[in-house]
Amino acid sequence: MATIQSHSSHDAHADLHEEHAHHESFITKYIFTTDHKMIAKQFLVTGLLWAFVGGLLSMFFRLQLGFPEMSQEWLRPLLGDWINSSGKIDPNFYLALVTMHGTIMVFFVLTAGLSGTFSNFLIPLQIGARDMASGFMNMLSYWFFFLSSVIMFCSLFVETGPAGVGWTVYPPLSALEESIPGAALGMTLWLTSMSLFIISQLLGGVNYIATVINMRTRGLSFAKLPLTIWAFFLTAVLGLLAFPVLFAAALLLIFDRSFGTSFYLSEIYLNGEALPHVGGSPLLYQHLFWFLGHPEVYIVLLPALGITSEIIATNSRKPIFGYRAMIGSLLGISVLSFVVWAHHMFVSGMSPFLGSVFMFLTLIIAVPSGVKVFNYLTTLWRGNIVFTPAMLFSIGLVSLFISGGITGIFLGNSAIDVYLHDTYFVVAHFHLVMGAASFFGMMAGVYHWFPKMFGRMMDNKLGYLHFWLTFVGVYMVFFPLHYIGIAGFPRHYYTWTNFEAFSGFTDLHAFVTVAALITFSSQLIFAFNFFYSMWFGRRATANPWRSNTLEWTTPVEPGHGNWPGEIPTVYRWPYDYSKPGAIEDYIPQNIPYSMTPGSNLPHENELVDREKDDDAIIIDESETDTTK
Amino acid sequence: MFGVLIAIGVIILLAILMLLYRVYTLVSVARGTDKIRVSASNKVNAVLFLVFLIGCSGLFFWYSFDAFDNYQQPVAAAHADDYESLFWATMWVSVAAFMLTNIALFYFAFRYQYREDRKALFYPDNTKLEIAWTIIPAIVLVSLVFGGFKVWNQMTEAAPEEAEVIEIMGYQFAWEVRYPGADRKLGEYDYRFISPENPMGLIVEDPATKDDFIPLEIHLPKGVPVEIKIRARDVIHSVSLPHFRQKMDAVPGMPTRMWFIPTKTTAEMREELNDPDFNYELACQQICGRGHFSMRKIVVVDEPADYEKWKREQEPWLEPGDQEPSEGEIDTNIRTQEAVDAAGTETERVEAATTTTQQ
Ligand code: HEM
Ligand SMILES: [Cu+2]
Ligand SMILES: [Cu+2]
Repeated sequence: MATIQSHSSHDAHADLHEEHAHHESFITKYIFTTDHKMIAKQFLVTGLLWAFVGGLLSMFFRLQLGFPEMSQEWLRPLLGDWINSSGKIDPNFYLALVTMHGTIMVFFVLTAGLSGTFSNFLIPLQIGARDMASGFMNMLSYWFFFLSSVIMFCSLFVETGPAGVGWTVYPPLSALEESIPGAALGMTLWLTSMSLFIISQLLGGVNYIATVINMRTRGLSFAKLPLTIWAFFLTAVLGLLAFPVLFAAALLLIFDRSFGTSFYLSEIYLNGEALPHVGGSPLLYQHLFWFLGHPEVYIVLLPALGITSEIIATNSRKPIFGYRAMIGSLLGISVLSFVVWAHHMFVSGMSPFLGSVFMFLTLIIAVPSGVKVFNYLTTLWRGNIVFTPAMLFSIGLVSLFISGGITGIFLGNSAIDVYLHDTYFVVAHFHLVMGAASFFGMMAGVYHWFPKMFGRMMDNKLGYLHFWLTFVGVYMVFFPLHYIGIAGFPRHYYTWTNFEAFSGFTDLHAFVTVAALITFSSQLIFAFNFFYSMWFGRRATANPWRSNTLEWTTPVEPGHGNWPGEIPTVYRWPYDYSKPGAIEDYIPQNIPYSMTPGSNLPHENELVDREKDDDAIIIDESETDTTK
Repeated sequence: MFGVLIAIGVIILLAILMLLYRVYTLVSVARGTDKIRVSASNKVNAVLFLVFLIGCSGLFFWYSFDAFDNYQQPVAAAHADDYESLFWATMWVSVAAFMLTNIALFYFAFRYQYREDRKALFYPDNTKLEIAWTIIPAIVLVSLVFGGFKVWNQMTEAAPEEAEVIEIMGYQFAWEVRYPGADRKLGEYDYRFISPENPMGLIVEDPATKDDFIPLEIHLPKGVPVEIKIRARDVIHSVSLPHFRQKMDAVPGMPTRMWFIPTKTTAEMREELNDPDFNYELACQQICGRGHFSMRKIVVVDEPADYEKWKREQEPWLEPGDQEPSEGEIDTNIRTQEAVDAAGTETERVEAATTTTQQ
C-alpha cells in the first residue's frame, strides 16, 4: 500500500511538471489522448451518435410495421433503391434494418457507450487514482472501437446492404452468401467490425480490472467501494470471460464463410445445389454465441444498476439499503449469468434434459435480481427525495427493470417458452429490461456526472421534460408488445397479413409506431440540452449534488491527474447520508471519523484512534467545511 | 425551392426557440431560482409519478380485460390445458409482484419527496429483511419451476408408439410435408438426392418410399398422438403451431421432432369461434431470409375416419411401377400448391403476399 501511495504522489508531481513544461496540442488533448476523462467523453459522444443512428433505423421498420399500407416513397431520397417499385421497404432491407438496429444498440451504444463512458470516467475518479492502469491501452481501446464503428457504419452503404440475418447472426443463414443478400459483403464487414470491437472490449476490460484492483487510494478497501465501481468491475470481468468466446464463434464463422470449412454447416441444399459440407452443427454456434450473449445482457445492465445505486442513494439522502446484499446480488448475478445461456435455445432441438437444467438455473437468477429491486425500494422508503433529472431516470430504471424482468419468469420456464419463443413477447421482455433500463441508466449517468465532465450544469427543466416524454413513451412502445406476443405474433416478420392467426392488432401496431416516433423525437430535447449546456450551461460547483464519493472532491474541472495536490485518503463507506448527529446530510468518504465525533457509531469511534496513528493523513481544509 | 424555404423556416424557428430558452435561463438566474436546493418542480415530479402509476395501471387492467379475446389464441392440443394453467399461474404471480413493487416504487417517490424540515432515516441494512426477500421469491420460483418440469416433460418425452408419424421439411420459403402411406414407414432420404423433381431428397430405391405421399395440405387426426419429424433443407426454420402450443426448430443436418394430440377438428373450432373461415396455421418462427414472413401452411384437423379417408385418396409421390414421377405431375403439384395457398387467404392477402415476395 505504502509503495503505491508514494508512487502516485510522485506521479502527481510528474503530471504537474508536464502541464507546465509543454502545452498539449489539440491532437494529444482531444484525439489521441490518454486521459481517462477525455477517453470517456469520446466513448460518450460516439455512443450517443450511434444511439441516434440505431434509433433512426428503428423508425424505418416501425413505420413498416405500424402502417403496412402506407407508401414509403418519401423515404426514397434517404434509402434509395431499398424502397422498391411499389413504394415499400424491401423485405431484405427490413431484415437488415432490424439486424443493424440490434447490433448497434446492444454493442455500440449499451456496451461501448455505457461501460466505455462511465467505467473510464468514474473508475479513477471514484477510487482515487490519477488515471487508468495503462493510459495507452485505454487509448487503443477507444481507437479499436472507433475503427470498428467506421466499418460497421460503412456496411450500411454497401450495395447488397448491411448484415441482415438477425443480431445473433445464426448460421447457416449468416454463413451462406446465397441465402440472403444480407449474408454477403455486409456480413463480412459485420464480422470484421465485431472482431475489432471485441479487441476494444478486452483492452478496456483488462484496464478496468487492473485499475480497480491495484490503484485504489489509501483506505479504500473493496468493502468501502462505491457500488458503481463494483458494478463496473464485475462487468469487466464478465466481458473478459465472455467476449473471447464470441471471438471464437466469429472466427469459426469466418472460416465457414471464406475457407470452406464445416463447423456450423451440414447437409445443405441451396440454390439448386447440394453443398459439400457435412458434420458441422448449427447448434454449436448457438451455444457459443449465447455463452457470450447472456453475460452480454448483464454487461449491458450491470453498469446501469451501479450508476442508479449511486444516484438513488445520493438523491434519497439515505444510505443505499443493504450495501452488502447489493454486492452479493451483483456477484450472484455475475456467476449465474454464465450458466443460463441455453434458455435462448429451448426449442433449438437441443436435449430436453438440458432444457430442464437451464430452466432451473434461469429462474434462480431472478432471485438476486429481485433482491436488488427490494433494496432499491427500501432505499427510497423514508428518504428525503430530491428529483434531479438523474434521479428521475434512476427511478424510471427501477420500474422498467421490474416490468421487463418479470416477464423473464415466463420465458425462463421452458414449457411456457415453447409458445413464446421468438414472439413479440421476447421483444417486449428484452427491450424493457435491457434496452430501456440500460438506456435510462446511461441517461441518469449523463445528467448526474455532466457537471464533473464539462464543469457546467444541464438544464433541469428540459431534463424533466425529456424524462417524462421518454418514460411514458417507452412504456407506450414496449408494453403493448406483450399482448401482441401473447397472441403469438412472430418476430422478424415483414408483415403478418399472410396469416389469419396474426391478422389482428393493426391498431395497436399503429399506436406503438406513433409512440415510438414521439419518443424518438423527444430525444432531441436531450441532444439540445447536452450540447447547449456543454458550452453555455450554468457553471457547476465542485459537488452540486452533495454527494459522498471521491470524484466530487476534485476541482470543478479536474485536470490531468485529477487532484491538483495529494490524492485524498478514504476513511468511510460512500453512503453516510443523513447520519444522525451529523451537521450536514452527507459526509464524504475522505472525512475521517475523528472529525465527526457527533455522528460516529460505536464501532466507528474505535477507528478514530487508528486514524490518529497515521501521520500521513492530509486533510483538505475546503472539504472539511461541509461538515461544520 | 420549397425545400429551401422549409429549411429556412426551421432554422428561424430553432433560432427563436434558442433565444427564448436563453431568456428563460437568464431570468431564472436573475431571480435566483437556480440557487435554492429544491425548486417547486420537485413536488410536480412527485405528483406526476403518482399520476403515472394510476394512469398506467388503469390502462393496463382495462386493456388486459378488454382485449382478452384478441390476444388469447384458441387452443387445440391435449397438453394445452396444463400449459395454459401454468401460463396463467405464472401470470398471476407476476402481476402481483409487478403491481406491488411498482406501487411501492411510485408511492415512495411521492410520499418521501424532499421536505426542508425532514431528515431521511439512516437505515443501512436489515439482515432479516434481506433473508426474507431472498427466500420467499426463491420458494415461489422453485414451485413455478416444478410446474414447468411437469409440462415440459410431457411435451418433450418420446411420442407414444401408436402415434401418427409425419415429416415436415422447411426450405426457403415454404414447407413440404410427407406421410408414410399404408406401410406406416417413411422412406429414407439423403440431401444429395434433392433436386427440383425430388424436393425432399427421397431415396427411390427404398421400398418404404413407395407409398409415401407429399400432399399440399397438412391433415391431422383428432384425438390421436401425432409425431412430427422435422428437418430443414437450407437454413434454420422453426415449425410453429401456435394453436397446438408447440414449436420446434428445423435445423439442417440435425433432424428434430415434436408431438402432441390435437383435440378439436377444424370444423369444431370454426363452430366454437363462430368463424367459418378459421384455419389452423403453421408458421415459420426463426428468421430464415426474405420470405420468412410468408412461410405459411394450413393445418386441417379431421375426425379420425375422415382423416383415414383423406389419406386413402392421396396419390403416392412415386407412381406405382414408375421410379420417377412424371414431369407433368410436378407441374400440377406446384400449381395446385399455389391454388391451395390462395384458397385459404382473402384476395387482398394474396395481393399483399405477391407484391411483397415477388419484388
Ligand atoms: C429475471 C431474470 C431473467 C430471466 C429469467 C430471463 C429469461 C430470458 C429468457 C428465457 C429468454 C429467451 C426467450 C426466448 O428467446 O424465447 C430471454 C431473452 C432475452 N433476455 Fe432475458 N431474462 C431475465 C433478465 C434479463 C435481463 C436482466 C436482461 C438484460 C439486461 C435480459 C435480456 C434478454 C435479451 C436481450 C433477450 C433476447 C435475446 C434475443 O433473442 O434476441 N434478460 N430472457
Ligand atoms: Cu439470456
Ligand atoms: Cu423463417
